Amino acid sequence: MPKCVTICGVGSVDKNLLEYLAECIAARCGLTCKISSRMESPEYAYNETRDQYNSKMILKHLLRQCPNDTLRFIGVTPVDLYVPILEFVFGLAQIEGQCSIISLHRLYPKFYDQPPNPDLVLVRLAKTALHELGHTFGITHCRDRRCVMYSSTRIEHTDFKQPDFCLTCFELFRWHLEKAIDQQSS
Amino acid sequence: MTKKARILVVDDEAPMRESLKDWLMEEGYEVGLATSGQEAIAMARKKSWDVILLDLKMPGMDGVETLQRLKGKEVNTEAEILMMTAYATVDTAVQAMKEGAFDYLVKPFSPDEIEMQIKKIVAHRELVLENILLRQKLEERSDYDEIVGKSDVMQKIYDLISQVAPTDSTVLITGESGTGKELIAQAIHGNSQRCYMPFIAVSCGALPDSLLESELFGYEKGAFTGADYTKKGRFELADKGTLFLDEIGDISLKTQVDLLRVLQQKEFRRLGGQEEIKVDVRVLAATNQNLKKAISEKRFREDLFYRLNVISIHVPPLRERKEDIPLLTKAFIRRYCLELNKEPVQIASSAMQLLMDYNWPGNVRELENVIERALVIGRGIEIVTDDLPFSRKELGTESFPKSLKLMEKMHIKKILEELDWNISKAARVLEIDRQTLYNKIEKYHIEKES
Repeated sequence: MPKCVTICGVGSVDKNLLEYLAECIAARCGLTCKISSRMESPEYAYNETRDQYNSKMILKHLLRQCPNDTLRFIGVTPVDLYVPILEFVFGLAQIEGQCSIISLHRLYPKFYDQPPNPDLVLVRLAKTALHELGHTFGITHCRDRRCVMYSSTRIEHTDFKQPDFCLTCFELFRWHLEKAIDQQSS
Repeated sequence: MTKKARILVVDDEAPMRESLKDWLMEEGYEVGLATSGQEAIAMARKKSWDVILLDLKMPGMDGVETLQRLKGKEVNTEAEILMMTAYATVDTAVQAMKEGAFDYLVKPFSPDEIEMQIKKIVAHRELVLENILLRQKLEERSDYDEIVGKSDVMQKIYDLISQVAPTDSTVLITGESGTGKELIAQAIHGNSQRCYMPFIAVSCGALPDSLLESELFGYEKGAFTGADYTKKGRFELADKGTLFLDEIGDISLKTQVDLLRVLQQKEFRRLGGQEEIKVDVRVLAATNQNLKKAISEKRFREDLFYRLNVISIHVPPLRERKEDIPLLTKAFIRRYCLELNKEPVQIASSAMQLLMDYNWPGNVRELENVIERALVIGRGIEIVTDDLPFSRKELGTESFPKSLKLMEKMHIKKILEELDWNISKAARVLEIDRQTLYNKIEKYHIEKES
């Protein structure tokens, strides 16, 4: 299955969210998606001082667990993620690598003291996942605020952008995807 | 910025360094990592950086000392420095800003904050660069829209410019001194896809060989005595744009070899440098020499000639396109009247005839100088022969108007002007009475120039 993306819950994640994400990636990127059995909560990455989880450690763990037949491996976790130098991250990807991890923690309106909105969470998740997936194909941030590859440093940025690549980023995505598939099959 | 901004991260803690690197790479920046102040100084000496993110608290040389050395004579970095600090050391960070740091960030930063700071610096540097380029453009006065001439030979040159401009081909422009070779080069650049990028001109003949080499390729600090800082060469400054090498026939054989190498490999090293610098530059060259003769005399490399002479444009001397003189004259009058803040003036037909009869050894440049001079010294509403630096006698080709009436008018006007409009004296010289002279002045509408 060379065009397969595997999605995995890291910790307790609603299966409906993962299924929605799988549909969304399949529709937008033309890739087959499958959902693998969930992993345990990433307690190994917990930092007591920050009360957050080190995203890089989770990525390393994902890399070790990455199925052989998959092109890309996306982890979705309910915990709040950080990298040492930043206060938080919505997600983290290996640039031109296989794995990425997305946090749901700051995608919920509750985090911003707003009423629940399940549809909004779905769209935010799709945008964040497509963004991190783009990074795994080597695409860097885009200057177009509407493009999914625009850098989200706050949730307003995520809400503003579309759940799609701009034309340039989409061309880049397709080009990198073909290259990645060639590499995998050779 | 046209090139990816280069960012150097200096932090002794690996997780900080690495996570910052990951984040910056997502932004598409080129990232370098240094684990200490010493290493940062060494890296800043080797390569130029746009931003240096510098941790304040490091073992050994701390952030403030590193900052002082980076900004000091030793390195004299052009990079903007952002200090990184923990809450406890904010006071020191403020001190660092007094020492020349751009700003400081408190660790861990919010993604928004670091993004904003870096974009601010990159935008600031873009503005500085743009400002330098605009100033340069103003100083050079881009005249490519003002190549004047409707002669057949100039029409052919316009056709050639429109054909070669959109390509990236090297063009060799030949022609006598003062024919406007640089204007042709600017026209090619101005009509190419590189038109918004720099047009850098180098007059190769004006510089001694050693200086030309450092002008073209730049140098690293310490490359030679007096190289107190790293300097970018014209090739680097012209990246993505056009480099115009004027008087190419005057360069030494050694510089010819270096030039050939850049043209072939599109990369070079600064003097005293180790790093190969890649550039995307279109080269246009010009000469007033016969390069084929120079090749036969072993003064010019044949391989370089063929590299430069992919397309050649020959600009004819002004004496071979005299039909363009009236148009050029009017264009220069318009330009210098504006520049000298004068009311627009005309040119007397006798003066124009003199310009047409002159041989113009200094070509268009000489004509331009002649017009500028005439406007500076002339006091009338038109340029007359006396305003020109050469006379009919000097040319040895007295020419007279065909019309007898016009000849009479010109003669009366000349005598009046010579005698400062003393009517009695003029009448005596003309051997007519005063009343007849008054009648003729009225008849021919001869007016005293103010």
